[in-house]
Amino acid sequence: MARPRFSLTRLAGMIRKEFIQLQRDRLTFAMLIGIPMMQLILFGYAINADPKYLPAAIVQADDSEFSRSYLQALENTGYFNFIARVERREEVEHMFTAGEVLFVITIPEDFSRSLVRGERPAILLEVDATDPIAIGPAIAAVQTVTPAALNRDMEGVLQDLKAQPGPIDLRIHRRYNPENITQYNTVPGLIGVILTLTLVMVTAIALARERERGTLEYLYSMPLLPVEVMIGKITPFIVGAYIQVTIVLIAARVLFHVPILGSLWLLSLALILFIIVNLAIGFTLSTIVKTQLQASQMATFFFLPSILLSGFVFPFKGMPVWAQFIGEALPLTHFLRIVRGIMLKDAAAADIWPHIWPLMVILLVVSTVALKRYRATLD
Amino acid sequence: MTGEFVIDIRNLTKRFGELVAVDHVALKVRRGEVFGFLGPNGSGKTTTIRMICGLLTPDEGEGTCLGYDVLTQSAEIQRRIGYMTQKFSLYEDLSIQENLLFIARMYQMKDPAALVEDTLDRLALTARRRQLAGNLSGGWKQRLALGACMLHEPDLLLLDEPTAGVDPKARRDFWDQIHLLATSGITVLVSTHYMDEAERCHRLAYLANGRLLATGTGPELIEQSGLATWRLAGSGVEAVSDQLKAMPGVETVTAFGTRLHISGADHAALEKTIASLRGRADLTMEQVQPGLEDVFIHFLSDAKEAA
Repeated sequence: MARPRFSLTRLAGMIRKEFIQLQRDRLTFAMLIGIPMMQLILFGYAINADPKYLPAAIVQADDSEFSRSYLQALENTGYFNFIARVERREEVEHMFTAGEVLFVITIPEDFSRSLVRGERPAILLEVDATDPIAIGPAIAAVQTVTPAALNRDMEGVLQDLKAQPGPIDLRIHRRYNPENITQYNTVPGLIGVILTLTLVMVTAIALARERERGTLEYLYSMPLLPVEVMIGKITPFIVGAYIQVTIVLIAARVLFHVPILGSLWLLSLALILFIIVNLAIGFTLSTIVKTQLQASQMATFFFLPSILLSGFVFPFKGMPVWAQFIGEALPLTHFLRIVRGIMLKDAAAADIWPHIWPLMVILLVVSTVALKRYRATLD
Repeated sequence: MTGEFVIDIRNLTKRFGELVAVDHVALKVRRGEVFGFLGPNGSGKTTTIRMICGLLTPDEGEGTCLGYDVLTQSAEIQRRIGYMTQKFSLYEDLSIQENLLFIARMYQMKDPAALVEDTLDRLALTARRRQLAGNLSGGWKQRLALGACMLHEPDLLLLDEPTAGVDPKARRDFWDQIHLLATSGITVLVSTHYMDEAERCHRLAYLANGRLLATGTGPELIEQSGLATWRLAGSGVEAVSDQLKAMPGVETVTAFGTRLHISGADHAALEKTIASLRGRADLTMEQVQPGLEDVFIHFLSDAKEAA
């Protein structure tokens, strides 16, 4: 039996049909435009949280009893999880842009000598302030702990150093979002949330709608390949999604004054991948459901963990391990890191690559499932 | 394509859970024939048609359609058949022209624009080309649907209750079209509930509860049924109608206006019953040739008894 071959003519015909239908379907169109506006206004402020065990790195040039007990004191607050000890400044930069750590504590070379002399040596606490809510409690804890952290070591001749303002001069350096503006974190994230919500929904109903209207049987009776149907159904929404993104980006600049530090081209590239992943997920759901109602239920079912476990609502690093595990499987999680990285930290392609390939893997898995599940029969 | 049969299926069976929707059905449809597919709702007509065009996978059985294997070559079959579903299945939110263009592209026709132009012309829909398909009346929808499934010049048309809910004039026009197509060599398999439509088919198959009860031409089916039919007329008809149903030899009593058709397969018993009514001044009776409707009702009551 000759396998039917992929046809560009058919695909183009399918895409054209979907475009016309999208234009005439005012409700879907309104959803594509209306939801971003609504979300943008509603999600102005994020939800409070007190995340602990945030990843931190240490640049420790002075390995003394004093520096060790200071770090121990910080660790005892429960807010820090020292995941790395770095030697060079460049590594610090990389860890920040890639989002591996939220804090870097630098203890200078002559720390213990200056300390003993009563010179109040400076300790630098650098903070990734992209997400102000995530880091707020941790910074407060450092400020409380620092003055008295070395009290036990201040014995004998050092007794006098216990007096205020304490033996250490703590300097905090907030990076990326020095003014602690919550919208800087929320608004770029909203791009991902909005795309997830609307795109999964519109494609999830795609096949169900044809089934309910009775056109699916006719579509099945024509010599169309599953992949032609899938690409045809998805393509118009890529355009729709770009319109959404444009709206949010303009709002980000005009309403919330969120900076866009990185490359727009890089952002567009990452966006297209993320958009296709979401559309593919929606299409996969639509091969499973029978009615449009079920489709929107399934889309909600997918949307809830996406919004809760991706790091949009709750700081990702503050979530329990099992929740992070689920979060890693959601495209939104990776996209949030990408979009925040590009917009707020001027991340380059190499910096976001660790979050790009998981999206590719998700796309591959989801499309395979969709094409396996889509069979052009009514069985 | 080979052989004289355009559709040749054997033992085709489809189950949905416990229910046997189509039970070992065999059909042979010749080229250029208008083949009528009859049976009550839920008898398996649609399921059989869907299996022929590859929309459902048979659980058992085998066969060919246009010389291609129905089990393995549905892609080839789909390219060469026109299928008109029971429900209007063009896109209601696309215009007439957009619908036709879409279909022409799906079948990779050369020059879709010109082809659609011709079709619009033939259907007399050129002036309304930009109207949304959903806004058409029942008769026009059905015309458009037929035009659409003819667009790719198929060799076989599968029409699933194409005239349900269409007015008599439009139905007649539709059937004239079908006969025109048949004379040009296209084979048509059409399912229907209407007796007048059944009479316009070359050959018929009657399906009930998923089983094929009879096939043949109209007269052959009447012959096969072994049915005798008497027609009663007169003012006493209503009075005897109920009591007749319980009398020996009577299988069906059907009212046609002021007349009654009384049918039964046991000729002698029926004749006795009729004879007992003779002599009533308000009744006249004569034996008539059973109509297809009498035959189908007979098949149906037989099938019910068997079930």
